[in-house]
Amino acid sequence: MIRFEDVGKSFGPVTVLDGLNFTVAPGEFVTLIGPSGSGKTTILRLVMTLEQVTSGVITVGGEYLSHMERGGRLVRADEKHQREVRKRIGMVFQQFNLFPNMKVMQNLTEAPVRVLGKSRAEAEERARELLDLVGLNDKVDAHPSQLSGGQQQRVAIARALAMQPDVLLLDEVTSALDPELVAGVLALLKDIARTTDITFLCVTHEMGFARDVSDRVMMFDGGKVIEDAAPDKLFSEPDHERTRSFLQAVLERG
Amino acid sequence: MFENVPEYISTAADGLWITVGATVAGIAIAAVLSFVFGLAMLSRLKTVRVIARIYVEIWRGTSEVVQLYWVMFALPILLGYRLVPLLVGILVLGLNFGAYGAEIVRGAVQSVPRAQYEGTIALSMTPAQRMRRVILPQALVEMVPPFNNLFIQLLKGSALLTIIGVSELTHQGKEVLIPRNVSEAATIWTVILLFYLLLAILITMGMRWLERRAAALVGRQPTKRDSVFARFGGGKDPLPAEQSKGGLADLRRKGGE
Repeated sequence: MIRFEDVGKSFGPVTVLDGLNFTVAPGEFVTLIGPSGSGKTTILRLVMTLEQVTSGVITVGGEYLSHMERGGRLVRADEKHQREVRKRIGMVFQQFNLFPNMKVMQNLTEAPVRVLGKSRAEAEERARELLDLVGLNDKVDAHPSQLSGGQQQRVAIARALAMQPDVLLLDEVTSALDPELVAGVLALLKDIARTTDITFLCVTHEMGFARDVSDRVMMFDGGKVIEDAAPDKLFSEPDHERTRSFLQAVLERG
Repeated sequence: MFENVPEYISTAADGLWITVGATVAGIAIAAVLSFVFGLAMLSRLKTVRVIARIYVEIWRGTSEVVQLYWVMFALPILLGYRLVPLLVGILVLGLNFGAYGAEIVRGAVQSVPRAQYEGTIALSMTPAQRMRRVILPQALVEMVPPFNNLFIQLLKGSALLTIIGVSELTHQGKEVLIPRNVSEAATIWTVILLFYLLLAILITMGMRWLERRAAALVGRQPTKRDSVFARFGGGKDPLPAEQSKGGLADLRRKGGE
């Protein structure tokens, strides 16, 4: 579903990703772990087209994302091409990024109506189902500013799902939440991962969650995948010393 | 000293309506130009950005007095016909203050957090949808207070129309009332000052109303002008709802905050 081929990303003189190759199969839940600055979030931002690759090619669902074909040649994708491909991709952000000028309902219906061309009635019905799913059906008319962080993140998850994405990117979605609100959001995500065939690419520091929900975990350091394994293997008996020391450090902190 | 005040007021009022008209029309033109050129300065197309920048620098960077003289006396030489002074005045007010307003619009749009822009991309919105549906409504709140300042300055700037012979408020004082009652200059100019003050207060009231509307649009508590003092005086600042920490039980609570 997602394929990185020799992807490099630099910000000015700083190289964040260097010759990165990996694939994520349809329906797979893949978690990226690793120290800060290892390039995990950059990978999500590249898939969401919030950043553009410096080198290499990204494809999503068999379509070029970073590039497009023109006259038989592969050229850099323009905004219009990326807008089409990114309709299949959704993202949940660390800081929720709800639109404060819209009530909860409108946050959920705005893009389905204007981008996907759904009727308002259809979009609202779907929004109510999703708010039911995330346990916030009594907040339809609330403004985002009236909600707690956990509630805002649930709305943000519902908003991403309203676009019926094939791929959902989770960028440290519980890092900005009060500790007692984390479990609820993670349980919700686990539920969604189990009951849908959405492909997940997830960056998190919640190792228990990663172990529970992932099909595969990739350990990152210095812009490279240094270990790529099933969660039980990676968390119990990692092959690499770097993985071991990272997990040790996270456990001690947690 | 005060027995002539009613006469001063009624004579000044003849000019008041011209001042009001020039100010309202000037504000309308300035507001439109502010948005057009403010957004143009943020365009992806370099040519558009350069054109907007040239407009702003020319109209912000030259003297308003000279601008009035130029449109009044130089432009007719190039154009072959003359505009009436009031129209010249309105145009110059609009063009001049629109240049400042464009910077207000540009700054306010840029002050909307980048995260909001990224949220719109994650939802595959078009650039026009991003701006119209998400970014501009939030930027509006930031624009209103500086526009309030700008519009009051425009009102006061309208006094300059005197120099091209528009019989607005200041003109009524200088050219009509003073020559007739030169010994009463203090009273006359005070009456005229008070008229400007009254108009400025009306503008502020209108803009405060707009500010409340814009704040409500983004779900914010309207800012209270006295909140700084309330803080010192032990007044209670309402805690934003998002800071309430009710735990998981909070999620199930019915009704609003």
